[in-house]
Amino acid sequence: MVSLENISIKLGKFALDQLSMEIPASKYCVLMGSSGSGKTTIIEAICGLRRIHSGKIILNEIDVTGLRPSDRHLGYVPQDGVLFSTMTVRDQIAFGPRVRGWNKRDAIERAAELAASLEIEYLLRRKPAGLSGGEAQRVALARALASKPNLVCLDEPLSALDEENREKACYLIKKLHQQEGFTVLHITHSASEAELMGDMTFRLSEGELTRVRLN
Amino acid sequence: MNKKKAPSDIPFYAAMWAAGGMYFVLIIALLYADASYTSIDSIREALQDKSIQASIWLTMQTCWITAVLSIIVAVPTGYILTRFKFPLKRFFDSIIDIPIVLPPLVIGLSLLILFNQVILFDRTIEELCISFLTSLRSILPNSPIFDLPTGITYKVPAIILAQFTVSCAFAIRTMRNTFESLDPRQENVALTLGCNRSKAFWKVVLPQASFGIMTAGILAWARALGEFGPILVFAGATRGKTEVLATTVFLEISIGNLEGAVAVSFLMVSAALIVLIMVRLLGSKKRVW
Repeated sequence: MVSLENISIKLGKFALDQLSMEIPASKYCVLMGSSGSGKTTIIEAICGLRRIHSGKIILNEIDVTGLRPSDRHLGYVPQDGVLFSTMTVRDQIAFGPRVRGWNKRDAIERAAELAASLEIEYLLRRKPAGLSGGEAQRVALARALASKPNLVCLDEPLSALDEENREKACYLIKKLHQQEGFTVLHITHSASEAELMGDMTFRLSEGELTRVRLN
Repeated sequence: MNKKKAPSDIPFYAAMWAAGGMYFVLIIALLYADASYTSIDSIREALQDKSIQASIWLTMQTCWITAVLSIIVAVPTGYILTRFKFPLKRFFDSIIDIPIVLPPLVIGLSLLILFNQVILFDRTIEELCISFLTSLRSILPNSPIFDLPTGITYKVPAIILAQFTVSCAFAIRTMRNTFESLDPRQENVALTLGCNRSKAFWKVVLPQASFGIMTAGILAWARALGEFGPILVFAGATRGKTEVLATTVFLEISIGNLEGAVAVSFLMVSAALIVLIMVRLLGSKKRVW
């Protein structure tokens, strides 16, 4: 379960005040909101990349508010994927498990398994330069999932994809979500994407976080 | 419909090419002047001269040491200046550029005063360094390869320090530009994947900065090769002791051996050309970030 309890974040003149939300374990939660409303800021706060001024962030009944990003054990897929340009796709996906102490063979096996699920096996030996937007997003997703996190934060993962790739990516993400049972927090502008993907949807508007629909 | 045609682009292109071309011609003319004043025989003669051989050897040693030291300092400094916000950041940033804008002789003079006039614990920094080096000499066994210096001023360490003071500023600038071109979100992703700051730096940032590090090192090396003013003031120009190629040119001119000076200059031009071509080749490699 993911729980935000009255969190406040200040970024210069921009501020989010007293926000709360709760995502039950293994649910697919979509967070909608207009540009500049603070959606990415919330995800960064959950990941530990942005300091909150007050409130608590609870992941699986552990208060992670003061923990470093590395100690929160979650996956993060930023906009555009943000792949490591010097690593092959295989090393990239195996990076998280290797850093977390898995042995090399297990990490490589896990990379191969995720590559198969996301249909990117043919990319394993390649470096990120020249990958299409859809391929890069799938690699970024595999990288985030490789060390089996409890929560995966997706920051507009489908926004740069064309219609065909978007449908395919939606299908693959949902399939993996069902297979592996992780909790998802997915940011999007698109109402149709929210309807298609989400078990539950929140909207962030003018600093207010409201639950708009339960599928 | 307005039928007025846009003016020709020829004057624009002509002005651009004329301005750039004039400077290019000036540099080529300088190189031609050097080449026409020397000959293969003069260069061969210069290369056979024992003191010039010693000067080449000392130049190579000091330039490489300076380049390595510059990289060791420039990488963390460039990273800090790019990634972190702290009070007086602009002030520190400007301070680091001072060696770039100061006249070289002033840098030499400042080093000379720093080591010989500034008192720390009742002694000058030079005296403290001499004490330290003497203690080190008594602890370490004699090495046939590396002879510990007996002091700083007017000795080999002064050459390295003078070169380093200027070269490092250029290396820091290069590293700063390199780190600015890297997406900080990559480090954020690495943090969420289980890295601490240090691991994210070594595993993710540094491999991507490798071209920048090489460029910074080569630029520091080239800058050290051409350094003269601060070396002359702080290390002196003692033949066979603190003589590097730049001071060799000065010494040869001062004894009236213009041909020898030009031959050594030609060696320096060749070395600089090789280094600059290397920098261009590294710079033209496709950046994937």
